[in-house]
Amino acid sequence: MQDHDVQRSGLTRRRVLGQMGIASLALMSSPALAQQTVDLHVQGGPSTRTITTSYPQKGRMILQRSSPPWLETPFETFDKDVFTPNDQHYVSWHWANFPGDVDVDRFRLTVRGRVNQTLALSLKDILQGMPRFDVAAVNQCAGNSRIYAEPRVAGAQWANGSMSNAIWTGVRLRDVLDRAGVKPGAIQVRFGGLDEPVMPGAPKFLKSLTIDHARDGEVMIAFGMNGEQLPLLNGFPLRLVVPGWCGVYWVKMLNDIEVLDQPDTNYWTATGYRVPDTPHNSVKPGETGFKMVPVTRNVPRSFITNIRNGDSVPAATPASARGIAFGGDCGVARVDLSIDGGSSWQPTQLGADRGTYGFRQWQTQFALPARGARTLMVRCTNTRNEAQPDFRIWNPAGYMFNTIETTHVIAT
Amino acid sequence: MLRDVLPMVAVLGLVLLPHPGQTAPITTLKSPKVDVPTSDTMFPAGPGSDAINNNCLACHSADHVLNQPSLSRMAWQEVVDKMITAYKAPVSPDDAKAIVDYLVRTKGKGAP
Repeated sequence: MQDHDVQRSGLTRRRVLGQMGIASLALMSSPALAQQTVDLHVQGGPSTRTITTSYPQKGRMILQRSSPPWLETPFETFDKDVFTPNDQHYVSWHWANFPGDVDVDRFRLTVRGRVNQTLALSLKDILQGMPRFDVAAVNQCAGNSRIYAEPRVAGAQWANGSMSNAIWTGVRLRDVLDRAGVKPGAIQVRFGGLDEPVMPGAPKFLKSLTIDHARDGEVMIAFGMNGEQLPLLNGFPLRLVVPGWCGVYWVKMLNDIEVLDQPDTNYWTATGYRVPDTPHNSVKPGETGFKMVPVTRNVPRSFITNIRNGDSVPAATPASARGIAFGGDCGVARVDLSIDGGSSWQPTQLGADRGTYGFRQWQTQFALPARGARTLMVRCTNTRNEAQPDFRIWNPAGYMFNTIETTHVIAT
Repeated sequence: MLRDVLPMVAVLGLVLLPHPGQTAPITTLKSPKVDVPTSDTMFPAGPGSDAINNNCLACHSADHVLNQPSLSRMAWQEVVDKMITAYKAPVSPDDAKAIVDYLVRTKGKGAP
């Protein structure tokens, strides 16, 4: 599935470049010449997207929507390192109305509601007045891979790149809540950021966690990402990091924390981001009569990153396969490779454990026995012994896809 | 004495750095002051394009829609209804019908 062949859309660019040589590389900044596209290889709708470099603090990204920005991490990025560079960490906003500048001296993080003492914390309070920690964690949109839903469904048409991994630095949400003093009767904690709806009366983007989850010591108020401050489009100056849970909970430009003693009834918590309460959140298209529940934790996934659909692989010769995996809300126990369409599986070697909630590299050798069309598959089993399913997950909103990935190659 | 110690401290400092590229701990933040791109692209002209341009582009750019798959009339109706009921897009009933017709014509099942 991860066959994103980057092609130049300018019909003569490659030839022209070859003739001009390095001295003319500056001309590449001309938009007409520099425009590249990526083919996501899907049926039933537009398959190509523009590669953009127009967004602040961002490098080459797949342009899924201009405004509010949906910028996807190009898949080849995942072959390079388990940590996604900040300038290629995917971007997703619900509302276009968010600031391009934050006054760091006047910014305050409010903690209010069912607490003994309302707080208005400055960035200095958070960066210099509280214990900090690091955690590696994958930020993955619940709708990652939606473009591959069969049948297709409406929503952000992400390929496999609305996921990114980083080492996050910040303070414990628990410590901030303890400083305010949570009163008895608190049941949820609701998070809001500086983004505002465009239309009057539209629901502000808010998400809530249970009080126990909020106080588990793992949920972070992050100010750092891979050793640097957050890019604005990834939530500068502060964002919530909820290790192991879907990116929708990772509220960006976090400036408001409200402790609730009643269930959160706001649209994004009570109505949006729903999946069927069925095994693997999967149903048949057209099926009705199932209960809907919120998306919550991530589920295990794995990808081959060095071989793409349609690649040729020498037959009867040892070849290398490698890629990334993550366990979801726990670690990776094993990654297995099949070279016969899922009939048999061979273990792979896992790379260093760089954090329970982060990407883990895997690699192995394999040899395709004879010439012809072959199907490679890769399957992650997490430390809870949950493995990726081999049937095609489908639900009406295209969430939580983690079917075993398939790569079609030609043994030659 | 001090002169003898300093080079040793310098060497020790290098050794203690965990690995190249390790940055100093973040102690202050600086606003990047950026302009976030927008888009002025309109929907392709045709019956209903005024309605979709006038009602939809305030909240999201046209590529949000143009990148969607081909969907049935029922699915497009659900999308437009969700924009009105959940996201409070102030769309008149006449415009809502024109928008659904536009989407079915340009991005319906079996659309060109």
